[in-house]
Amino acid sequence: MNNALQQYIDLYDESREVLEQQSPALLNNLRREARQALENARLPRKGSEDYEASDLEVVFAHDYGVNVNRLPFEADPAEAFHCDVPNLSTCLYYSSNDAFHSSATAERNIGQVVVAPFSMAAEDYPELMGAYYGKQAHLQDPTVALNLLLVQDGLFIYVPDGVVAERPIQLVNIFNAALDMMVQRRLLIIVGKNAAVKLLTCDHTQSPDYHYLSNQVVEIVAMPGSTVDYYDMEESTPLTRRVSSIYVDQQAGSNVLINGITLTNGFTRNNYHVEVNGEHAETHLLGMTIASGEQHVDSHTFISHNAPRCHSNEMFKYVLNDKAVGAFAGKILVKPDCPRVEAYQGNRNLCSAPTAKMYTKPQLEIYTDDVMCSHGSAVGQLDEEALFYMRTRGIGIDEARRLLMQAFVADVIDGVRLDALKDRLHYLVEKRFAGTLSNCAGCMTACKKS
Amino acid sequence: MKENEKPEKGKQIIEEAAQAEYKYGFVTDIETEVIPKGLDEDVVRRISALKGEPEWLLEFRLKAYRHWLTLKAPTWGHVHVPEIDFQDISYYAAPRQKKAGEGPKEIDPELKKTFDKLGIPLEEQLRLSGMAVDAVMDSVSVKTTYRERLAELGVIFCSISEAVKDYPDLVRKYLGKVVPYTDNFYAALNSAVFSDGSFVYIPKGVRCPMELSTYFRINAAQTGQFERTLIVADDDAYVSYLEGCTAPMRDENQLHAAIVEIVVEDRAEVKYSTVQNWYPGDKDGKGGIYNLVTKRGLCRGDHSKLSWTQVETGSAITWKYPSCVLMGDHSVGEFYSVALTNNWQEADTGTKMIHLGKNSTSTIVSKGISAGHSQNSYRGMVKIAPKATGCRNFTQCDSLLLSDTSGAHTFPVIEVGNDTSIVEHEATTSKINEDQIFYCNQRGISTEDAVGLIVNGYAKEVMAKLPMEFAVEAQKLLSVSLEGSVG
Repeated sequence: MNNALQQYIDLYDESREVLEQQSPALLNNLRREARQALENARLPRKGSEDYEASDLEVVFAHDYGVNVNRLPFEADPAEAFHCDVPNLSTCLYYSSNDAFHSSATAERNIGQVVVAPFSMAAEDYPELMGAYYGKQAHLQDPTVALNLLLVQDGLFIYVPDGVVAERPIQLVNIFNAALDMMVQRRLLIIVGKNAAVKLLTCDHTQSPDYHYLSNQVVEIVAMPGSTVDYYDMEESTPLTRRVSSIYVDQQAGSNVLINGITLTNGFTRNNYHVEVNGEHAETHLLGMTIASGEQHVDSHTFISHNAPRCHSNEMFKYVLNDKAVGAFAGKILVKPDCPRVEAYQGNRNLCSAPTAKMYTKPQLEIYTDDVMCSHGSAVGQLDEEALFYMRTRGIGIDEARRLLMQAFVADVIDGVRLDALKDRLHYLVEKRFAGTLSNCAGCMTACKKS
Repeated sequence: MKENEKPEKGKQIIEEAAQAEYKYGFVTDIETEVIPKGLDEDVVRRISALKGEPEWLLEFRLKAYRHWLTLKAPTWGHVHVPEIDFQDISYYAAPRQKKAGEGPKEIDPELKKTFDKLGIPLEEQLRLSGMAVDAVMDSVSVKTTYRERLAELGVIFCSISEAVKDYPDLVRKYLGKVVPYTDNFYAALNSAVFSDGSFVYIPKGVRCPMELSTYFRINAAQTGQFERTLIVADDDAYVSYLEGCTAPMRDENQLHAAIVEIVVEDRAEVKYSTVQNWYPGDKDGKGGIYNLVTKRGLCRGDHSKLSWTQVETGSAITWKYPSCVLMGDHSVGEFYSVALTNNWQEADTGTKMIHLGKNSTSTIVSKGISAGHSQNSYRGMVKIAPKATGCRNFTQCDSLLLSDTSGAHTFPVIEVGNDTSIVEHEATTSKINEDQIFYCNQRGISTEDAVGLIVNGYAKEVMAKLPMEFAVEAQKLLSVSLEGSVG
């Protein structure tokens, strides 16, 4: 059996010098660790533990191009992409493929908030980068190790102690290469004590004709008392694949909200790994997927409560149509001597076509008695009586179904703590259900074509 | 009150509960015929020869043995099964009959005493209690009661070795069809060396007039018990089957790897109840039975129904997932379970509901109670095949934690392959509600009694599914193991 990882390891071995020349020393150091970790590693196959529905071997086996030499792409993503969220004034950053686009990148410092590519951050904030880069992401996960092995740049976001970022920070990732391509994307977000920030990342694909694979890792450090909102939105094409891992280190009294939204895509595997390390920390982990065609969305969450008196709340909703495949696996771990933890997990799924498939695996692992934990999972259809009621009121069956489906996902959207984005999401979801997503004014990305 | 500070009395109660003795831990001093330790093809042949089995069964055993050699013990459970030396176990132990000429229908008085201590209604007692019993000691079925009366109705209830001789066609038709020897490591082992067990056949249209019951007991030291139960309910039949288990107290661990296979035909119903009380080891976790069991039922007919009810209080390690394959349209699977673990016990139990037939429904209610340093897991799977339209499943698994050193876990898997089925899963984990205890205290009920009340109320949903005789025993068992294990 072939090992899909081998081609990337070989590529690294061949082009190690080039890679190392272009990257800060810090990235190169971890590269070597990653190389070791990958020595005998295999990508998980479908059916193996935690990968019941997704075959990463197949995803990585395709012959993607990797931009080792950092050749610049001519197109200016800012011209191609117009994110049309009314009333949402964000500090906007672009990455096209795996490079941050210079002309499209806004100023490096917004107030006291630092947003910089790793190459600059490694010079300006060597201590922070040294202390947190690659510290959470597990090398045992071959996709994370692969990211470390080949990553050349990433975005470093630092909110110093006590600073509240005025405007949300938005990062738009766009695939626009005219060839099949794999990129390593990486974010390191450090939010200082009692600081607050809202982040929004959008993944888009401009060309629907090429295979793209984004292997991305996000590390978030939430210092005591901080508030972090992280919205992760994907609107890509059927040929786009994405393997994303988000790692969060939550310290005492921090409040972290993560909301992962998949509207259109090809294959997506999202890993969420939250370590709650301080008392009175609050975690909100939300996810919403609307999938049709042959979309494949697999979310895997792990919340580890390592400290007493914490609260976590998790809700993932899927609406599956056509031949879409959805998978959800969530685990809540409460370690010994962590009393008064409250942890709730929910997963609700609508299968609205005979060929749609849903896999769900909610799990609890509890080692302390004084806790309140629950999980619930359901797979079902729209309520016939509700549909009937609406039809008696003169609403057509399609319209009624759309309304009910919108209501179904509404509570995930309502978890968004950014009003303009919330309104926009309601609008996008409405359009998504109507099948006319998404034709933002002047935008050339391919979401509308999928 | 600080949250970690438990009332003194509570602590004391926990200690008492932890020290509650295992009252079935006696050893019966009867001569046993034991095959020397170890396992190879010769041992498999010898077991088969000792039992005078036909060629096809020996072949079945040998195939299973050869397959077993290619397998590795599973490690995915949330239990710590130490590496078992399968060469250090004796695979056959039978109470020796004094003289070859004497009919096997006479029971050794020592043996009878054992079952009297267990309160099993052999001989005269059985007529009063009206239950047909098949008792399996170590590996061999000792005596089946009420056989003649059942025979009048055409019901076959005997040990599986007798069935092999008397009804070879039936056994051959069904043996290994629900749990093939390739199913898993322990199923392969059992298929190779199984020594005895019960066989039940209910003919078409017969409603079995009494509860059928088997008691399993491991008596001899350093033996494993590998019994095999096969139940077949033909069209429109009904049977309620009870299973109870005990073992002596010993310092070393003993292995119990059984297989239960059930086939339910059109409109038939089987109700299978277990009160499992193998020796759980002492309060330091020494000794105890490893209960590694494969139980599965095939609802082959339309409108067939299979109901598993289990009360698990014993065994050092429990690894068992009584499952239903719902093949018939409109078939029904049920699983009701109370699993109680104390001291250092580990239980990883649950069920699989495989929906293959249209409009099949299943219900799962699992109640876990963990005390001491024990670990209690629910592991389940609900799978709805793409063609199984209109299916319905409801799963509820609750965990109650009685100590801050115990653990409760749930690992459910749900796979839904069509758009007309509804699957629900709910799980909660919490400790006993202090308000409820406080309320009881206010009304003059001691903490200990209050805990008993609350836990019994908590498990009531499952207890209500047990046949009367068993419900009483199960309730007693719970109260013995639970006596005020909350502070």
